Amino acid sequence: MSQTAVKRNSKPTSPWKPSKKLNNANAVQSLNGRWGYLFTAPFFVMFLIFGLAPIVYSVYIAFFNWDALGTQEFIGIANFNELIADTRFWNALVNTVDIWLLSTIPMLICSIGLAAILHNPHLRGSTFWRTILLVPNITSVLAIAIVFGQLFGRDFGMVNIIIGSLGFDHIDFIQGTTSSHVAIASMIVWRWTGYNALIFLAAMLAIPGELYESASLDGASKWKQFIYVTLPSLRNTITFVLIVGTIGGLQVFAEPLILGGSYNGGDSGQFSTLTLFLFEQAFVAYKWGYAAAIGIMITFIVAIVSFINFMITRKLAGDGK
Amino acid sequence: MSSVVKEQTIPRAKVNKRPKWQRMGVGGYIVLALTTFLSIFPFYWMFIVASNGTDEISKIPPTLVPGPRFFTVISNVYEVLPSFNQALLNTVYVGTIVAVAQVFFSAIAGFAFAKLNFRGQRFMVLFVILTMMLPSQLGIIPLFMLMGNLGLIDTLGALIVPALVTAFGVFWMRQVIDAQVPNELLESASIDGAGVFRVYWSLVLPIIAQSSFVLGLFSFLATWNDFLWPLLVLSTPEHFTAQVAVNQLKSSYAIDYALNMGGAFLSTAPLIVLFIFVGRRLVRGVMDGAVKG
Repeated sequence: MSQTAVKRNSKPTSPWKPSKKLNNANAVQSLNGRWGYLFTAPFFVMFLIFGLAPIVYSVYIAFFNWDALGTQEFIGIANFNELIADTRFWNALVNTVDIWLLSTIPMLICSIGLAAILHNPHLRGSTFWRTILLVPNITSVLAIAIVFGQLFGRDFGMVNIIIGSLGFDHIDFIQGTTSSHVAIASMIVWRWTGYNALIFLAAMLAIPGELYESASLDGASKWKQFIYVTLPSLRNTITFVLIVGTIGGLQVFAEPLILGGSYNGGDSGQFSTLTLFLFEQAFVAYKWGYAAAIGIMITFIVAIVSFINFMITRKLAGDGK
Repeated sequence: MSSVVKEQTIPRAKVNKRPKWQRMGVGGYIVLALTTFLSIFPFYWMFIVASNGTDEISKIPPTLVPGPRFFTVISNVYEVLPSFNQALLNTVYVGTIVAVAQVFFSAIAGFAFAKLNFRGQRFMVLFVILTMMLPSQLGIIPLFMLMGNLGLIDTLGALIVPALVTAFGVFWMRQVIDAQVPNELLESASIDGAGVFRVYWSLVLPIIAQSSFVLGLFSFLATWNDFLWPLLVLSTPEHFTAQVAVNQLKSSYAIDYALNMGGAFLSTAPLIVLFIFVGRRLVRGVMDGAVKG
């Protein structure tokens, strides 16, 4: 397309033509765009004060020895040096990644599986099933962590009663490292599987039906249709769910906080996470400068992992047709 | 070779080309039934523990049916925290204000980003998207200090003011307006002489009413369930939100499961009731917002 000149207030034939001169080629060009400043101003003003300014200030105080009592001493990158040498930081990082893996992989498999079942056009009561899937997502992490904490209890928790009735010894979920991660991951899986299944279902419903028809004419079994038609079409959606899950998963704190009842993340920090460590330093130790430095590290880690995610997806997208 | 037989057993008019019903049916329904059980069970268990008392569930095998002590446990909750009802009201109050404000600010900004052409627009949208990726805890310490400077610590204002706008809300409304509102409609109205605000008010808003409602619901739920920030800024029991109140029950000296679950039940029941009415709309909202393909 080479048409460029799209004048303001021109006839309604023009607005879809792309143009370098337009700030928003999809806009309704006959509307006076200057109102845009007024309409977005409340958002930007509020966001700058309560969203961005605190973040910028946080970067500033990360270079200080700064506590709640009024100490404010510039110390350069000493907070970061201390952080790199801090075993609690590395412990929290390992725990966070472990919990993230333990929750993301089962969640992804279960939600795609559920979506595939719901995608069946002959399914009865599909509205009901879809609605049920969203139930776990609306409840508070606090309420659910209380319930799961009891279910995973050492002596009388339902999980251990089942384990015991199968003839195995009870597991002290909270005290163990991996077992506490399993308990936390199970809360995350419980909360997000249904929600993500709905996301995948929406993506599956957008796949053109002809693809399935021609596949089944070619004699492809349902399983093969799933592997060769459904899954490849979900690539972008899987990436989206993974990236959102990664951003959330690397900031997990509510579940371990409630499960352990303190910011320590267990007696030996066995389920301390990065964000929990940040809060512990900020609101128990009152080392605000140090806590701010942890926040910056979390941001870097999230950015790096998201970038890796993005690169892998681009590569996959390039390899695919 | 594919056995595409027209199944007479497929009831009613829904005769489809793909005979999935027969083969996949039973297994699929079992999985769905199991999922339903797993989704509901924690709520049921909350009620079981709260109605039996801690002693009754601390034995093997534990009780699986409701017991007689529910009202005793609930009155214990009110004994420990007499202002529990106030906490529920506070939560409704904060949640409603936040939901209305987010919808209001997000819809009008989203409209500007989707349908108006102004200099810097592209950069602003990019800015909004980038800020969505920043970890929310990054600015929590300065925000705490800021609330102190504004005199909002230990007030509900500390929960409301920072939550009035979110980058996510603006981005979401932009997507919604872009997808749902046809340009031609706005175009012809404006050529007939309607001003920008008029176009927004009488054409765009009615179209996006459903989606705005869904955004409002999600904001309400998020506010209701927010836990850490209220815990940090609130200290007077009369100012607590439901989550902080429930957490208060938890921090009494020994773990009283019945008491905790009673509180959790009280703080969750309103959401369940709300969900019965709006669940289907929320499902549609989630699916509309999904990245497809």
